[in-house]
Amino acid sequence: MHTAAALRAGELEPGTAVAQPLLSLSGVSKSFPGVRALHDVSLSLYPGQVTALIGENGAGKSTLVKILTGIYRPDEGEIRVSGDAVRLQGAEHAFRHGITAIHQETVLFDDLSVAENVYLGHAPRTRIGLIDWRAMRRQAADVLKRMGAGHIDADTRLRDLGIANKHLVAVARAMSIDARIVIMDEPTAALSAKEIGELFDLVAFLKGEGKAILFISHKFDEIYRIADRFTVFRDGEMVGEGMVADTSQNDIVRMMVGRAVDHIFPERQPNIGGPLLTVDGLSHPTEFDRVSFELRQGEILGFYGLVGAGRSEVMQAIAGMTGTSAGSITLAGHRIAPRTAADSIDAGIVYVPEERGRQGVVIGMPIFKNVSLPSLARTSKSGVLRLAEEFRLARTFTERLDLRASSLSQDVGTLSGGNQQKVVIAKWLATEPKLIILDEPTKGIDIGSKAAVHAFMAELVEQGLSVIMVSSELPEILGMSDRVVVMREGRVAATFDNAGLDAETLVRAAAGIVA
Amino acid sequence: MSTVETARRRIPDRLDTPLKGTLLSWEMLLVAVALGIFVTNSLASPYFLNPWSLSDMTFNFTEKGLIALAMALLIISGEIDLSVAATIALASTLMGMALQSGADTPTLVAIGILTGLACGAVNGALVTGLGLPSIVVTIGTMSLFRGIAYIILGDQAYKGYPAGFAFFGQGYVWWVVSFELVLFAAAAVAFWFLLHRTSFGRRVFAIGNNPVAAQFSGVRVNRVKFVLFCLTGLMAGIASVLLTSRLGSTRPSIAQGYELEVITMVVLGGVSILGGAGSIVGVVLAALIMGMVTFGLGLLNVPGIVMSIFIGLLLILVIALPIVWRRFFGRAM
Repeated sequence: MHTAAALRAGELEPGTAVAQPLLSLSGVSKSFPGVRALHDVSLSLYPGQVTALIGENGAGKSTLVKILTGIYRPDEGEIRVSGDAVRLQGAEHAFRHGITAIHQETVLFDDLSVAENVYLGHAPRTRIGLIDWRAMRRQAADVLKRMGAGHIDADTRLRDLGIANKHLVAVARAMSIDARIVIMDEPTAALSAKEIGELFDLVAFLKGEGKAILFISHKFDEIYRIADRFTVFRDGEMVGEGMVADTSQNDIVRMMVGRAVDHIFPERQPNIGGPLLTVDGLSHPTEFDRVSFELRQGEILGFYGLVGAGRSEVMQAIAGMTGTSAGSITLAGHRIAPRTAADSIDAGIVYVPEERGRQGVVIGMPIFKNVSLPSLARTSKSGVLRLAEEFRLARTFTERLDLRASSLSQDVGTLSGGNQQKVVIAKWLATEPKLIILDEPTKGIDIGSKAAVHAFMAELVEQGLSVIMVSSELPEILGMSDRVVVMREGRVAATFDNAGLDAETLVRAAAGIVA
Repeated sequence: MSTVETARRRIPDRLDTPLKGTLLSWEMLLVAVALGIFVTNSLASPYFLNPWSLSDMTFNFTEKGLIALAMALLIISGEIDLSVAATIALASTLMGMALQSGADTPTLVAIGILTGLACGAVNGALVTGLGLPSIVVTIGTMSLFRGIAYIILGDQAYKGYPAGFAFFGQGYVWWVVSFELVLFAAAAVAFWFLLHRTSFGRRVFAIGNNPVAAQFSGVRVNRVKFVLFCLTGLMAGIASVLLTSRLGSTRPSIAQGYELEVITMVVLGGVSILGGAGSIVGVVLAALIMGMVTFGLGLLNVPGIVMSIFIGLLLILVIALPIVWRRFFGRAM
């Protein structure tokens, strides 16, 4: 195994001696207000090789892609293309340096033809400067044919192609400008098994053409199938790299999750009662399938899985936001079928959504009005507001969460992310629910606020409330949950008791690796 | 982490509002503008400062103002209704038809109000049921409602409303105080209470600021919006009764262009065209200002087409002003 420490000390040279890297990053750092997204990372991409970039959600992969494609400027560090230092001034500039990215959801123009998409911005011109449509179609067809994608007609409107063929068009676009560095950001996420096979043929073709490929994927089988090298990111730092062939899956998983303990979770004595919520065979036409689990009184049930595993969708169905096609939800012995959020709030289930800014807080309204919004029926009398009641409610719950604000009449938009999250949680607790579902409750908030949220969660379950916590952060899952449900591709992959559970087991279950 | 055991700090309900904040509020600005226009009008025309002139002036805003009260709530919720003038035309036309078949005054009033309510319900059902943008839906129904009025009436007019019916638009409750003005004042108080003092009003603000978060918070967003469309239609129906009564006749071109004046009133009153903010006090002040300005221009014999240019400019100005204001004073109004 190649460890980061060994690499830094220069004891190990990754891989065999290949040509000079086509692209190399060194000492790149990037921070956003309150968050250090990348710290002193290095990465090299070699011609004719596929490098897999691996890391948990939030490890800094997306930030790196955005730096490579010129969308973000790094705070520090150097980017070299073919040995020359460059400063990427924007997407177009990166593109002209031969760096191109193929995203999960391809960013092309649905209403333009394939040829137009391939040559947008660098179309062949006639002598008087007009677009040479015939040359453009011919050249686009040539590029597609060379890639083995001759079945795509250059005149087709992009809208009429499937996602796999759109990826091919994106690659054709990269070929048309002779891009040398191709970034593939989870390109297989929306593809069928057959389409994935075709995509991999294409990757092999690009390798043969001497392109350097950065391949981002959560799926280990794919990484082992096509990648030559790997680089592992964790919490914004590069923690390991090497040749895929020399490294076992378990070693890579260990690099992904093995972090220093930087956060102490509250001690608690679980006082677990009888079953509160029973979900049986809950299904949705596209998002999840036959999901069953049980939640007991006073329990914290963790939900772990990759992004897109269907965790949020299941929770939104329980909270009345998404419809279901089959299955049942039983709360405290009563079948419920919530059709709106209002229904589930009445039943005693609240859902604290993941997207705080869009789904959680009402920016432009003061703290106390945000807190009282779902409880207006109780704070008002025959429909008439009682401000004193609203202030009392807001004070009770925000002070318990140690909210930092100058007054309860302050606009929530002026609070930090962590304090906004406290307002959102206070809002839901004020409805006095039986069950609270927290979707990524500490995503993107500072460590102090995280601790406050965790401490408060512990306090809640001690009072007999039950909590479902959807989280992609392993320490949080392991530090807070009594039991953990792992979801993969819309199904429950496994359920674990937290006693003696380790991170690697969870990651393997989520990624579908049979140990 | 030691934060877990930190003593809980007390958060005050509110901080004292600085006097400067109150003085710089949009409503205070409107009061100043209203006083300015009052003085200008008094100086410009010797006929303005007379109880009966002032009473006549109120007719320039009472009917539109009634609709503006409901429209304010609708715009705060992030929707809009451009069909209110066409609703007046349709309601007036149906009242005229009923008149031809010998309906009495109470029946006429009921038909006018219920037609307005029905038009609002159609708009509300299309917007909330089908999820269509209200600006498109109500441009459509604007043509639809007035089109029906034209089909029924052609270039004819209904005349001969009963004497009792004339009271609503022409009657006085006391001295120079008209029935329309009293009705407007009562409606203003009712809408102020609804928007600023009830949980329904709070939900309207929440929807306008963030409809997704409101939905997640258990607000029945579509139900609230449907009620607001119905309320706006209802007020347009009431305005139709008043206007028909005041004119004593119905033509299909009745209330042409009212929707723009109503929206101008609402926006001038400080309601954000993007939704989420506004007050009834501001809308009432804006109605007063619009009434005084148009009446003053009328006294000076300014022709109607110039007045319509003026309304157009005013609409652009009041939409631009908050943006310019923010640029210079660095805060929202």
